[in-house]
Amino acid sequence: MPAQDDADCFACHSDRTLTTKRGSAMVSLYVSEKRFAASVHAGTSCTSCHADLDGAELPHDTPLAKVDCGACHADQQALHARSLHGKAIARGDPLAPRCADCHGAHDIVPVKGPGSAVAPLQVPFVCGRCHREGTPVQRNRAIHQDNILENYSESIHGEGLLRKGLVVAPNCATCHTAHSILAHTDPASSIARRNIAATCTGCHALIEAVHRKVIKGELWEKEANVLPACVDCHQPHKVRKVFYDQGMADGDCLRCHAETALKAAADGRSLRVDASEVRRSRHARVSCSQCHSEVNASRLRPCETITRKVDCASCHAEVGQQYQRNVHGQLVARQDPNAPTCKECHGTHEVLGKLDPRSASFPPNVPALCARCHREGSKAAVRYAGSQHEIIEHYTESIHGKGLLRSGLTVTATCTSCHTAHGVLPRSDPDSSVNPRNVPATCGRCHHGIQEQFQRSIHALKAGKTDKELPVCSDCHTAHTIRRADEEGFKLEIMQKCGRCHERIARTYFDTYHGKVSQLGYTKTAKCYDCHGAHDILPVSDPRSHLSRQNVVDTCRTCHPGANRRFAGYLTHATHHDPEKYPFLFWTFWGMTTLLVGTFFVGGIHTLLWIPRAVQMRRELRAAALEEQAAPGAAASAEKGPGNGER
Amino acid sequence: MIVSFMGLALTGLTLKFSYTSWAAVLSRLLGGFETAGYIHRAAAVVMLGVFLTHLGDLNRTKNREYGGSWRAMLLGPNTMLPTRKDVADFLGTLRWFLGLGPRPRYGRWTYWEKFDYFAVFWGIAIIGSTGLTLWFPEIVTRFVPGWFLNVATIVHSDEALLATGFIFTVHFFNTHLRPEKFPMDIVVFTGRMPLDEFKRDKPAEYDGLVASGRMEQHLVEAYPPIVVRTIRSFAWTALGVGFAMVVWIIYAMVFAYR
Repeated sequence: MPAQDDADCFACHSDRTLTTKRGSAMVSLYVSEKRFAASVHAGTSCTSCHADLDGAELPHDTPLAKVDCGACHADQQALHARSLHGKAIARGDPLAPRCADCHGAHDIVPVKGPGSAVAPLQVPFVCGRCHREGTPVQRNRAIHQDNILENYSESIHGEGLLRKGLVVAPNCATCHTAHSILAHTDPASSIARRNIAATCTGCHALIEAVHRKVIKGELWEKEANVLPACVDCHQPHKVRKVFYDQGMADGDCLRCHAETALKAAADGRSLRVDASEVRRSRHARVSCSQCHSEVNASRLRPCETITRKVDCASCHAEVGQQYQRNVHGQLVARQDPNAPTCKECHGTHEVLGKLDPRSASFPPNVPALCARCHREGSKAAVRYAGSQHEIIEHYTESIHGKGLLRSGLTVTATCTSCHTAHGVLPRSDPDSSVNPRNVPATCGRCHHGIQEQFQRSIHALKAGKTDKELPVCSDCHTAHTIRRADEEGFKLEIMQKCGRCHERIARTYFDTYHGKVSQLGYTKTAKCYDCHGAHDILPVSDPRSHLSRQNVVDTCRTCHPGANRRFAGYLTHATHHDPEKYPFLFWTFWGMTTLLVGTFFVGGIHTLLWIPRAVQMRRELRAAALEEQAAPGAAASAEKGPGNGER
Repeated sequence: MIVSFMGLALTGLTLKFSYTSWAAVLSRLLGGFETAGYIHRAAAVVMLGVFLTHLGDLNRTKNREYGGSWRAMLLGPNTMLPTRKDVADFLGTLRWFLGLGPRPRYGRWTYWEKFDYFAVFWGIAIIGSTGLTLWFPEIVTRFVPGWFLNVATIVHSDEALLATGFIFTVHFFNTHLRPEKFPMDIVVFTGRMPLDEFKRDKPAEYDGLVASGRMEQHLVEAYPPIVVRTIRSFAWTALGVGFAMVVWIIYAMVFAYR
């Protein structure tokens, strides 16, 4: 028989104001008699739990020893002692939870009853007291999951429990157990990898059958009835109701589509799919139903619900948007029978990506790819209304083509470098990469230095300030027949290019010595760009121009080392046809011409008048010669020579 | 003289008429414009040499036949300088052309031969000086403005056109192709002409030589036929080239002019 009974204890402890100081805080020592009487421990005396007070004098010493619940609840105590929490207590961790921290002390009601501190609906909050973000436990102890309570409350389990009040939904203790909370690395833990399946199938008993349609069935072909760890796919606290892959496994598709005999009813084309193609491709980890997304797994023939062609843009959204805007995409939108869709260029199941030499989009293969439609005579070329012809043939012979196709230099400009891959627009479209306004930037993607120079030159600076059409790269270098600038042919052609806009001055150039030599086909003479520059042409008034007063003598000196300023006064575009601009030359020319005409006139008349007389003389001589032959006489066979017979 | 002249003409015309297709072909045949330039300048040097040699030869002739006196050579009957007789001969010839008079009795040098001679003098002076200007532009422009080079280009090429055109037409006819002389008068190569021809063409000189008794010392044997044939073939070649150039010049100036 205890020395005191409960009434003795309650004599002090029913006082609401009874407090004591523990550490730095004031702690209430009030125990509600009513609540205690309503708890499961109502029949036990105070000293059955507070054993150290058994027979003690009142008032008792403080502090009391910690209550050992295991005196009655030995099994749970044993489990708890082995658990992470128990071990923490044994270490003396001040943050370790004791029985009372979860269950309460004097007002413990039955677990299954309402109002229990550890009722299912309460459990997340009980655990959350220590295991929510920001608590000392989460901050200072090695807990391997973050935002546990937050994630859980948003997960399907949390939603079910907390928002829908489904008390059979799993709470913390369902998976982690109540007292045997062990680390996931502990093989005895309910959340150890090899035990997870057992834990989850505690509720999800038939998951194996259901999952067969979601994940690759072949796993069960290898090892039947072995569930992978659920957490491989379903993150422990974040588990959601996720619709994976519309529920079709590749193996289900291949059951029909691996058959060689499978043919489309409409046109007899083969519908066989070689799964190894996909495995080799960039889509190796993408399942069939991710692209062919309209399949319905609940049909016997799941593909009968497919109505549309595969829409690559569902994953490749940006490219898809760009493509819609471009010429090819618009053809597709108009359902033109020749329109190129994604698969025309990229293939279907064996999409290899542009770094793979076997891919059609590998740079050296791109011209051949585009040539399928754009070669002269092919589908696109016959509808093309612009000025470019024999594009593929020209490109192949151009410097870019040679670099790419003969030398295998993959960074050379290929069709898509200039025209872009998915944003092909006609030249007339202001957004097109080959619209004259944008050409310098397009070429400048590689030829940056030249573009910089060009932007500072007169041809670029005048853009927008004049009505005249200004030249861009493609006007002088052509679009597809780009050749090396040090080739003879290019050097000679370029003068015709300048001459297209600068007609008069080009013509006068050809009247000068430089021009005549170049006309003969020799490039070792000053041509337009030797004096004016190529990409850095500036008006002569600009001091940076090659022909400014400061620079012109140096420009001449590139070929004529002895040039001086007067030498540079040579008129490079002089012509004798212009009396206003070049009067000296005009009058010199006409003076000489008059002399020439006059001389020929006089000499010509003289000669013409002589001819009849000369003919007559010849006849007379012939007659005389015949007479001589008939009567050979003392005709002198001697000749008259000069002076003394020399020579 | 002939060789350098042909060389100059061929190379020069490829440049002057560079806009014709002929020019490009010929230019390539000649080894390209740079080589043609070397040929042109080399031939010019040769022609300059011929000129200087001629001056030296004049001196020698003066010493040998005129006792060292310039006056005697330049003012005597065999002078190359124009005289009153030439004016008379010219008018007389016109009358003869029109059937209004006899053929004049020409002396050592006929008036057209004198004209040709001084045309060459004039030509070499003009073309030579402008040619040197174009050959050494950096040096020349130390003294004259740069536009002189443009003027020199026009003068050089137009005077050359005059010279070549005249030679290959009027001169060729006068001297080589007159019907009574056809196929050609090779006196320019041999320095000899048949005696009866001499009597006919330069009667005044013939009379003079006979009268002074110096006819005999000028008589020599004719060259052997092989020599004559060789000279003839060279002459035909030169003629042929000249004709081709005339055709080409006419084509370039009339049909293809730019």
